[in-house]
Amino acid sequence: MSGILASMIDGLLIGSVYGLAAMGLSLIWGVMDVINLTHGSVIALGMFGMYILFAAFPVNAYILLLPVIAAGLLLGLLIYWISVHWVIGRSQLSSLLSTFAVNMMIIGIGTAIWSTSPYNVNFTLRGFTVGAYTFTGNHIAAATAAVIIALALELFLYRTRPGKAIRAVADNREAAELMGISSTMVLALAFAIGIALAASSGALVSTLFPFTILSGAGYQMKSFVVTVLAGLGKPLGALAAGVLLGLLEGAVTPFIAVSWIPLIEFGLFVVVLVAFPKGIFARATA
Amino acid sequence: MKRLVLPILLVVALFVTTGFAQNLTLGFTVSNTGALNVDSVEQLHGFELWRDQVNAAGGIKAGGKSYKVQFVSYDDESNSKRVQQLYSRMILQDKADFLFSPYSSSLTATAAIVTEQYEKIMLTTGAAEGKTYTLGNHYLFQMFTPGAEYLKGVLDMLKTKDPKAAVAFVYEDSSFSVAVVNPAKAYAQQLGFNVAFSEAYAPNTTDFSAIIDKVIASKSTVLLGGGHYADGSTLARQVYSHKVPLKMVTLLVAPDSPQWGELGDAAVGVIVPSQWEPQTAFKAQYGPSGADFAKAYTAKYNAPPSYESAGGYASGLVLQRAIEQAGSTDTAKVAAALNATDITTFYGRSKFSTAANDHGLQVGHAMVLAQWQKDKSGKLVKQVVWPLAAKSANLVYPIH
Repeated sequence: MSGILASMIDGLLIGSVYGLAAMGLSLIWGVMDVINLTHGSVIALGMFGMYILFAAFPVNAYILLLPVIAAGLLLGLLIYWISVHWVIGRSQLSSLLSTFAVNMMIIGIGTAIWSTSPYNVNFTLRGFTVGAYTFTGNHIAAATAAVIIALALELFLYRTRPGKAIRAVADNREAAELMGISSTMVLALAFAIGIALAASSGALVSTLFPFTILSGAGYQMKSFVVTVLAGLGKPLGALAAGVLLGLLEGAVTPFIAVSWIPLIEFGLFVVVLVAFPKGIFARATA
Repeated sequence: MKRLVLPILLVVALFVTTGFAQNLTLGFTVSNTGALNVDSVEQLHGFELWRDQVNAAGGIKAGGKSYKVQFVSYDDESNSKRVQQLYSRMILQDKADFLFSPYSSSLTATAAIVTEQYEKIMLTTGAAEGKTYTLGNHYLFQMFTPGAEYLKGVLDMLKTKDPKAAVAFVYEDSSFSVAVVNPAKAYAQQLGFNVAFSEAYAPNTTDFSAIIDKVIASKSTVLLGGGHYADGSTLARQVYSHKVPLKMVTLLVAPDSPQWGELGDAAVGVIVPSQWEPQTAFKAQYGPSGADFAKAYTAKYNAPPSYESAGGYASGLVLQRAIEQAGSTDTAKVAAALNATDITTFYGRSKFSTAANDHGLQVGHAMVLAQWQKDKSGKLVKQVVWPLAAKSANLVYPIH
C-alpha cells in the first residue's frame, strides 16, 4: 500500500463525516434560504452530547448516536421557534444575525459549563491493517454511520409524505401552501432535521479527536466549502462533495505541509463560487 | 485621651504578637482553562506547596524581619492577551513584589515584556525557550534548562543503539517546540543520523492522520517531537492506533504528567526529556531533599510530582534564598543575589547567566530522560534511563 493511497483512504473516511456535517447546512439553506450560523456550535454540542451519554452509559458509542439524533431534533425545533421562525421570508441578513446570536449564546453557555479545556470520548474499535498502514476502527465506523444516515435522509425525502412536503416547500412555498401543506410545520421539521444532522456529525467526530465547545468552528468552515461544492438542498450531493474534499486533502497532504490545507480548500471555495455558482453537481433547471 | 488608650494598646499588641511579620506578595497567572491547563496546574501545585511550607516555618527571614508569602494569581485562559493584561494588573494594582512566570514559553515571553517594562523581578519556570533572554533584560531568571538542550540527550542515547536510524521530527508550531527541535535537527545531522521527515503542526491540531501517514511513508523508525500535553497525548494516541512501526518515541512535556498513564497501552515506551524526576538524587545544599519534596507533594495532592511541579517549588526556594542572602526585599539587592546564585537544591543546580546578551538564561541545570515502562506487576511506571549514571532502569529499545 503506498503512502498516497493510504492518505486518500484516510481522507475518504473523514470526508464522509465532513459530508454529513454539511448535509444539515445544505438542507436548511436549500429549503428555507436560511444560512444557519448555529451550525458549528451545534456540531460542538453533538460532541458534548456523545461525551455525556458515553460517560453515563459506557456501551458502544455508535449506538449512542440515536439519542443524540433525537436530542438534535428537539434542539432544532427549539432553535427554530426562538430565532428562525420570525425571520423567514425577511432579508438574508436577518436570518444570519439571528442564528449568529443563538450561536454566541450556545458558545457562551458551553464555555461556562465546560471551559475551553479539551475533552475526549475514550471508545476504541479495532482497526484494519494493510501493510504498514492501519485504518482505525473509529474512522471506519464514523464513515459508515455517515453514509447510513445520508441514505436514510435520502429515503425520507424521496419516499415519505413529510419528505415530499419538504421538497415541495423548498421548490415553491406559495404553491405548496395552496396545496394544503402547512409550510410552518414543514420548515420547522426541515430545520430540526438539519440540526440533528449537525449534532450527529459532532457526535461522530467526538469519537475521533479531542474537542472543546469551540471545535465546531472548523467543521462549519468545511461545511460551507462542501455545501458550495455540492449545491444546495441535495443531501447525497453534500455527502459526495464531502468525500471529494476529503480525498483532495488526502491526495495533497503527502506533498505539502498540513498547514497549507485551509489555503487550498478556501482557494477551491472561491474557484467553485466563481465557476460553478450552483455547485458542481447542479442539474440544469428546466 | 483615655479613649485613645485602648486602641493604642491594641495596635501595639498587634505589632508585638505578629513579630513584625509583613506580607510579601508574589504574582503569577495560571492556565485554569484552555489547552495548557494540565501542565499549568502542576506548576501551580509546586508554588503552593512551597508557600505553605515557608509560611508554616514562619515566613522568609530577611533583615531581621519575617515575610509571610501571599500569592495573587489569575486565570490566563492559556491566552497571551490575558497574560499581558493580568501581569500589568498584578504589578500596578495588586502591588506584587515579585513575579513568577505563567506556564509555557509563549506566555512567559509575553509576561517578560511587562515585567521588564516595570522593572520587576520574575523567576520563570515551565518555560524553556532561550530567545526570551537574548532580547536584553535585567530582571528575568530562568529555572528550566533551555530548550536547545532537550533532545540532545535523546540523540546521544540513540547513537548507542542505532547510529544510522531514520529520524522523524513531528512537532507543535509553538515557540517552545521550535526552540527545541531546530537545534536538535542540526545536532542529529552532526551525529550522522538520517533526518527522514520533519514537519510542524499548528497548535490545537487534533487530526494527525495525514502527518502520521507521511511518517510511515518516510520509513522513519524514531519519532521525536510533540509540544504540550493536549497535542502530545493526542499524537501518542493516534500513533498507537495507527500502529506506526517505530522503535523509539520521544515527546516533549506531555509524558511527564502523571495523567499520561490514562493513555493505557498508548503510553508504554514513550520517552520524555525531563527537568527533574523523583529518582534523581541530588544532594540538596538548600531546602528539602528530593524524597521529602516528593513525599510532601504526594501527601497533599494525591499524585506524584511532575517536573513542572518541581520547577514551581524550586522557583520559590531560589527566590527565598536570594531574599535571605540580600537581607532585604529590595529589587536591586535581590537581583544581585540572584545573579550571584550557584546552588544545588533537590531540583539540581541553579545558576543564571549574567552576560548582557543572555541574562537570566539557566546555565547550571541539566536534563534527564525518563521512559514509561511496565513493571513486573504490569503497572505503568516512569523510569530514568539517561544519563547512565543517574538511571533507575535500562532503556527499552525497540519499543515494538
